[in-house]
Amino acid sequence: MTPPILKVENLRIAFGGVAAADGVELEIAAGEFMAIIGPNGAGKTTFLNLCTGYVKPATGSVLFEGRDITGLSPRAITRRGIARAFQIPQLFAGHSLLENVMLALAARHGIRQVLAPLDREAYRVEGRALLELVGLETAAGQPVSELPEGMRKLADIALALALKPRLLLMDEPTSGVSAQEKYALMGTLMQVLKTEGITALFVEHDMEIVRTYAGRVLVWDSGKVLASGAPEAVLADERVIRSVVGAV
Amino acid sequence: MPIVVLAVLAALVALLPAAVPWLRFVFIITIASGFAALGVAVLLRAGLISIGHALFYAVGAYAVAFLMRATGTTDLFLLLAAAVVVSGLAGLVVGAFMVRYRAIFFAMLNLAVSMVVFSLLSKLYGLTGGSDGMRVATPTLVGSALDREAFNAVFLYVVIGLFVAAGILVQLYFRSPMGEALAAVETNEVRLEYLGVSVRGVLLSAYVLSAMLAGLGGAIAGIAIGHVVPEMAYWTESGHFVLVAVLGGIAGPAGPFIGAIFLEVLRTLASGFAAETWNLVVGVALLLVIFFLPEGLYGIGAKLFRRRGAQ
Ligand SMILES: Nc1ncnc2c1ncn2[C@@H]1O[C@H](COP(=O)(O)OP(=O)(O)OP(=O)(O)O)[C@@H](O)[C@H]1O
Ligand SMILES: [Mg+2]
Repeated sequence: MTPPILKVENLRIAFGGVAAADGVELEIAAGEFMAIIGPNGAGKTTFLNLCTGYVKPATGSVLFEGRDITGLSPRAITRRGIARAFQIPQLFAGHSLLENVMLALAARHGIRQVLAPLDREAYRVEGRALLELVGLETAAGQPVSELPEGMRKLADIALALALKPRLLLMDEPTSGVSAQEKYALMGTLMQVLKTEGITALFVEHDMEIVRTYAGRVLVWDSGKVLASGAPEAVLADERVIRSVVGAV
Repeated sequence: MPIVVLAVLAALVALLPAAVPWLRFVFIITIASGFAALGVAVLLRAGLISIGHALFYAVGAYAVAFLMRATGTTDLFLLLAAAVVVSGLAGLVVGAFMVRYRAIFFAMLNLAVSMVVFSLLSKLYGLTGGSDGMRVATPTLVGSALDREAFNAVFLYVVIGLFVAAGILVQLYFRSPMGEALAAVETNEVRLEYLGVSVRGVLLSAYVLSAMLAGLGGAIAGIAIGHVVPEMAYWTESGHFVLVAVLGGIAGPAGPFIGAIFLEVLRTLASGFAAETWNLVVGVALLLVIFFLPEGLYGIGAKLFRRRGAQ
């Protein structure tokens, strides 16, 4: 039996008396595609911040592939194989879309080069392929600051994928993406995750997306895991409907 | 078009001093501050303004003077290489502290540290000759001793060669992964760390490079003048480099040189009115740069974007 790819024990953090994580216990098996749902302010983003070292927990621990990563920096955790896409896309505004992706590729292949150019054949090819994957190939040369929010979300996911992580955390990947494109995006994402063997966890507000794609759903409320299980069962639960579905 | 400008400039730089010998010295000094400005420009790439790089300018200059006095070394290239190494080490030590700070704090801490070094150079009379400074003899060129006149004639072309080489290397660096990451520090540090890149590592290597460039400039100035003084570390000197770098940033690859000439002329004009006028000009121009320029150059959006942090 392989250990869970991510294991979280008794995770606690409060901001000014508001518990954003209140004794969270969680295990994610390799290969899972798990959705996190919950009302605004439930602590979903905070959970991703805790897992990636952006916020240090007051108590508890985070284990990645059986090893303790609690208290490590986002950089150290990223290097171990966890990548993240953000609720608000985090891009390099001064660079073009393709340059953004090439920077991520360079980060994976070795950033410590001072004379060879970033803009090289190998990175261009791999970068364009990644952009094609998220449907952004036609915008490759555009400055990311000029892209609409939906495209920026996709670009942010492309940066995370460029790292070839073993665990991918996405914060509302389909928010800002048009209704028609949501399904296409999720479809290709699922494909990539499967072929690359990436385990993923995504925060989502669109229940239809959750129902269609998630293998497991985790319901978050006031810093606690309210329910967890298969989408059909969880989304039919009275408490969940009151807490989440009713609220959205 | 830029190629034509560059060619004309290169021809001027190459021929004019041959026709007008006293211009040699002016050109060498101008290029010396061009080196320091290039160093400042490296950090500007990350949106950081150092008002303290005269510190490394002075370190390079004093390194030459000390090495000459302590070991009797006179070889030009050895002296320049030593100055680059020493200022690089100084950059490593100071930079390790500076890379934690941003914006106005970075600017002011660099200023503060450089002024501490200025006072030390002025006060430690026994070691540095205090405000009298230290003498620098005319170095030898690959074994041959030349008189001042002949040395400067050769030195100018050595300096031009070094400056062109440094300019090319810095351009290559800017386009490399580390150089692009340096520019990315200005727009999104959070994302860089979430790509597994050490922001402080990127900044520290840039800081060391910028210190080496400034140190080389100082060494060249010290050799050309034949004398090093604490004023080389003074804040107006740092301010001068920032202004040259900023003007240079607008003018492209030959910018630091053009900026340096422009400011040299301005300085001469200003000091014609009163010595204090120059300090006033530098001071006011610096304030304008600090408050308006980073936004002006790189976009206000980029700044706001970074401040939103990880959400
Ligand atoms: N760095 C922080 N400092 C102070 N309070 C914070 C911080 N991060 C989160 N919080 C608070 O913790 C609670 C949980 O926030 P979080 O962003 O994790 O919610 P969320 O579930 O992601 O909500 P949303 O669906 O709106 O994105 C909120 O009350 C929020 O104000
Ligand atoms: Mg959130």
